[in-house]
Amino acid sequence: MIDLPANTTVEHLFRHESGKMLAVLVKLFGLSQVEIAEDIVQETLLNALETWKIKGLPDDPRAWLYRSAKNRTIDYLRRERNFKERIAPQYQSNAQPLESSWLDGYFLDSEIEDAQLRMMFATCHPDIPLESQLALMLRTLCGLSTQEIAAAFLIPTDSIIKRLYRAKEKIREEKLSLEVPMGQELLSRLDAVLQAIYLLFNEGYKSASSDSIVRHELCAEAIRLGTLLGKNPLSDLPKTHALMALMCFHASRLDSRMNAEGEIILLEHQDRSTWNQQLIALGNTHFKQSSQGNDISVYHVEAAIASYHVGAPDFTHTNWQAIFYCYNLLYNLSPSPVVAFNRAIALGYAEGANAGIEAILKVEGLEKSHLYHTALGDFYQKTGDAISAKMAYSRALELAALPAEQKVIRQKLNNEQKNG
Amino acid sequence: MEKYLLLFRNSTVSEEAYQAMSPEEMQANLDLWNQWIGGIAAQGKLVGGEALKNSGKVINGSKHVVTDGPFAESKELVSGFLMVQVDNQEEAIALSTGCPIFDIEGSVEVRPITSTNQ
Repeated sequence: MIDLPANTTVEHLFRHESGKMLAVLVKLFGLSQVEIAEDIVQETLLNALETWKIKGLPDDPRAWLYRSAKNRTIDYLRRERNFKERIAPQYQSNAQPLESSWLDGYFLDSEIEDAQLRMMFATCHPDIPLESQLALMLRTLCGLSTQEIAAAFLIPTDSIIKRLYRAKEKIREEKLSLEVPMGQELLSRLDAVLQAIYLLFNEGYKSASSDSIVRHELCAEAIRLGTLLGKNPLSDLPKTHALMALMCFHASRLDSRMNAEGEIILLEHQDRSTWNQQLIALGNTHFKQSSQGNDISVYHVEAAIASYHVGAPDFTHTNWQAIFYCYNLLYNLSPSPVVAFNRAIALGYAEGANAGIEAILKVEGLEKSHLYHTALGDFYQKTGDAISAKMAYSRALELAALPAEQKVIRQKLNNEQKNG
Repeated sequence: MEKYLLLFRNSTVSEEAYQAMSPEEMQANLDLWNQWIGGIAAQGKLVGGEALKNSGKVINGSKHVVTDGPFAESKELVSGFLMVQVDNQEEAIALSTGCPIFDIEGSVEVRPITSTNQ
């Protein structure tokens, strides 16, 4: 389901290449002219579709697309009377004829990656609201349409259009550029980029939805952008690799989390032989790369937790002690009710159900979460307290929003009623 | 064996549908076309085909008046053609029914090519 970065098939060719071409053209025209770039990319893709549908794919589809995009760009520039002053002073001084070869430099692999990186940093500008950053990333870097983004986020298309509009307005108002910031600002901007990618991944990873395919795409895109960051010297930092490791480990389990009927399969019952070994291996590589230096980020700790899960032969032989220790670390780095809650669950598996119950009851702020009450129910069930288990599951059932979630909880409740 | 020309005509609806497609949808559409034409080729019935650009000129009258078009006035734009080699017209029509152009309200015109043997 998830494309590995090494995968060179033409799957998603249009989408991936549209993101690349857009980044290159935005670098050429400037961030405020993103609409021009979008139009040229759309024309290029339509031209490819019209031709290839009858003639079949050319030998090198990417090269074909880039040639077509260059020609379209030159056409556009020729039409623009004042292009010389605005776009290409260097062209004026050289006084060469305006040929598409003039653009060759922009379409070198290294330059495409540079353009994408700049785009990533620009979309994560602190003046752009986080939700708009994610939409803008998917639109400009990943080539998703507004409808596709809306479907992935499970919100109306209108909201995505508004988010994109706000982001583009901000870019114009603040005259944001594609400059990669330097020094300390680079580091803080990189944090924003990593956070956006992390959220993108989580958005796709979040539990059951009716359309899991679109959500897997979000995970794949997050991994793709992370790969790009890891490859560039500016952003090739331990925490970048920690984030990559974390995403690879989680993504390796994506296909096993749901059966053919769209029902949720809990970690305990997942068929571990279906976990994607390639992604786990890739995760391990990044995990090793993340262990340089002295900085420990939340991504490091979360990657460590995920690595204990994917490395365990089965659920009962999971190293819960180590996971509990990691959650303690995570809580120190970034205290939140969710982290405390997960720590409590790990404790329950490490030290016994009673310790788990005690710890969960100390967590404040998650009383409205079905996960909270489900976990409580699980531990009560283990201690043999059927009445409390049933109460907890019933409460969880009231709070669960998605049918697939309700189904899992209802099964637990039914089991309890049968046994009790 | 007889040769037939299959002319693909896009309606204004299909032109708009193409314009609004996301990259992923374009690729899905491309796959459908490649599968359909690939199927014809696999049966040894494909002679050839070309795609046509959406721009061109029409030369009219004895004064050779050159105008843009014919697309400006036309609601149906020929976007390309295939030539197939089949036993009869029924077979040419049967092949055409699998064309993905019908998904976006386009049409296929099936025209026999005249032969000097007739």
